[in-house]
Amino acid sequence: MNRGLGFILGFMLLAGNAFAAGGGDVVLKHKDWSFNGPFGTLDKAAMQRGFQAYSEICASCHSLDYIAFRNLADLGYNEAEIKAFAAEYDVEDGPNDEGEMFTRAGIAADKFPSPYANEQAARASNGGAYPPDLSLITKARANGPDYLYSLLTSYKDAPEGQDVPEGMYYNAAYPGYLIAMPQPIYGDDVSYADNSATDVSAIASDLVYFLTWAAEPSIEQRKRKGVNVMIFLLIMVGMSYGAMKFIWADIKKA
Amino acid sequence: MSADKFSNPVVRWIDHRLPIFSFMDHELNEYPTPKNLNYFWNFGSLAGISLVIMIATGIVLAMSYTPHVDYAFESVERIMRDVNHGWLIRYIHMNGASFFFIVVFIHIFRGLYYGSYKAPRELLWILGVLILLLMMATAFMGYVLPWGQMSFWGATVITNLFSAIPFIGDSIVTLLWGGFSVDNPTLNRFFALHYLMPFLIVGVVILHLVALHRFGSNNPIGIDVSGPQDTVPFHPYYTIKDFFGLSIFLSLFAAAIFFFPNFMGHPDNYIPANPMQTPAHIVPEWYFLPFYAILRAVPDKLGGVLAMFGAIAVLFVLPWLDRSPIRSGNFRPLFKIFFWVFVVDCVALGYLGGMPAEGIYVVLSRVATAWYFLHFLVILPLLSVIETPKPLPQSLSKSVLGGAAMAGAASAVKEKVR
Repeated sequence: MNRGLGFILGFMLLAGNAFAAGGGDVVLKHKDWSFNGPFGTLDKAAMQRGFQAYSEICASCHSLDYIAFRNLADLGYNEAEIKAFAAEYDVEDGPNDEGEMFTRAGIAADKFPSPYANEQAARASNGGAYPPDLSLITKARANGPDYLYSLLTSYKDAPEGQDVPEGMYYNAAYPGYLIAMPQPIYGDDVSYADNSATDVSAIASDLVYFLTWAAEPSIEQRKRKGVNVMIFLLIMVGMSYGAMKFIWADIKKA
Repeated sequence: MSADKFSNPVVRWIDHRLPIFSFMDHELNEYPTPKNLNYFWNFGSLAGISLVIMIATGIVLAMSYTPHVDYAFESVERIMRDVNHGWLIRYIHMNGASFFFIVVFIHIFRGLYYGSYKAPRELLWILGVLILLLMMATAFMGYVLPWGQMSFWGATVITNLFSAIPFIGDSIVTLLWGGFSVDNPTLNRFFALHYLMPFLIVGVVILHLVALHRFGSNNPIGIDVSGPQDTVPFHPYYTIKDFFGLSIFLSLFAAAIFFFPNFMGHPDNYIPANPMQTPAHIVPEWYFLPFYAILRAVPDKLGGVLAMFGAIAVLFVLPWLDRSPIRSGNFRPLFKIFFWVFVVDCVALGYLGGMPAEGIYVVLSRVATAWYFLHFLVILPLLSVIETPKPLPQSLSKSVLGGAAMAGAASAVKEKVR
């Protein structure tokens, strides 16, 4: 009967793989992200660069609905910097005492404004395709960080015989290979204050750090707490095992 | 039960009028329990604790959740981002469902192997199957609440199944939906029912425990306890053993929550529900996959629905399908083999349920589904007639003390079996 547990756990793993296999047969590039593993942490410098790349490249088409400017404190920005970022955006507010809507500069409590008024406007500007919101993108795709990195670095010329329709682009990491998003990063698209590399894979990697944080701002706290909880529980396992053996000592003597 | 056993006068005063302390002393402290229970008997208490964890985290989540199609997804993200430790509460609840099912599945397979469904524990078993059914309904409705893509499309597929019922099917579906498609009224009623059903489960669990305490636990040998020498008081012997099991369980549970919180989920459920866009593969949560495989194995829609519900229904009548008087699989050489074949069959069904319904997977699903029913309807009734069981030990103490007396008991038991 002891084998039963192994079977049930194997069943879980199989089921998990079955889910992961749903994404098509593209091969992803695996990177050793700093947030991987139980001791993983977020790289603040990379996140700040990723935020800059997001603002200058992605934000013209992609929204970031669940992130407020105040959340940027996680990236290591201070209050004055955050207020300055927010003030660069115009936000519609109101109605005021006269019943009119008005536009004001953004404040730290505002969410990132969407580049389009609504989905229809977004589709009209993008040849019918809808640029998805990016605030959960690394959780909404199987192997999200690797998938995003692969997608951003796998634009290629279509192979012989692959027909690419008007308004579509060939991407080796996209399921079905044809994607409506034109290649967003060509290298040297941004210039970083810390003089970091700006080739395609470096910018893609910075974006993955920023968007992984955006998808789950608590990821670092979760893993840190997890290590403490595991230490507590393993001590509890040891002590309860000892107590059990002590209590049962007079019964199990055969 | 005399109240004199309590030294505290306040306790004595209360217990004389409301014998709650006597009750607890009787059922939790001195409650005689077979002394030979193995670790598979830990999963009952683990299931109870899982239920409490789910209710506690669920109530806290409900304080910040908004059951409306326009706000449900956003309110879950608000819990994940802005509610203090909301991410922790939500990950506990989300993974708790999976761990609850893992624990309950092991608990059920333990019952199947050791014959815990046999007389006089038939009602105990039936109440357990009822709990499983309620759990499945609760989990299904809970998965709809975040209103992601899999929530919406899972709800659409599963509720549509009821339309296969002749004559009244379409009316039932309209009633479930509260309209003519899965929409806001569906989400509202699923939330109301998802909050209600765990408390129904608590009620059935109490009945399950009352039935359990009538005859006490079954045990790995499967023979009745013959006297006090075969039992130990529940406290401290099994309280400490359950506590040790709990710390192992919590360690695995915590590892999932803190290090792989989304492993057992589906990435599509982090995309807001979109009625205009169907996901490439609609898959239910992993714990429904064996039943999903049975559903899809039958080419006819009504047939598939009947087979899926039949897979649970057959468990209700199991005590009358397996007529062998020997409870424990340890003493049934043929049953033991078929039990493990059945376990493999269930695992295979789980795997096939997650695969696309095409090619070889369809054929394998049909074979595995046929075997599932064959096991209960043909093999178990047949085994109880043709199988020659191994000799049973005379008493639990003898088996605990090393089974020296087993040979002597052999002939007596064979007579009893025939």
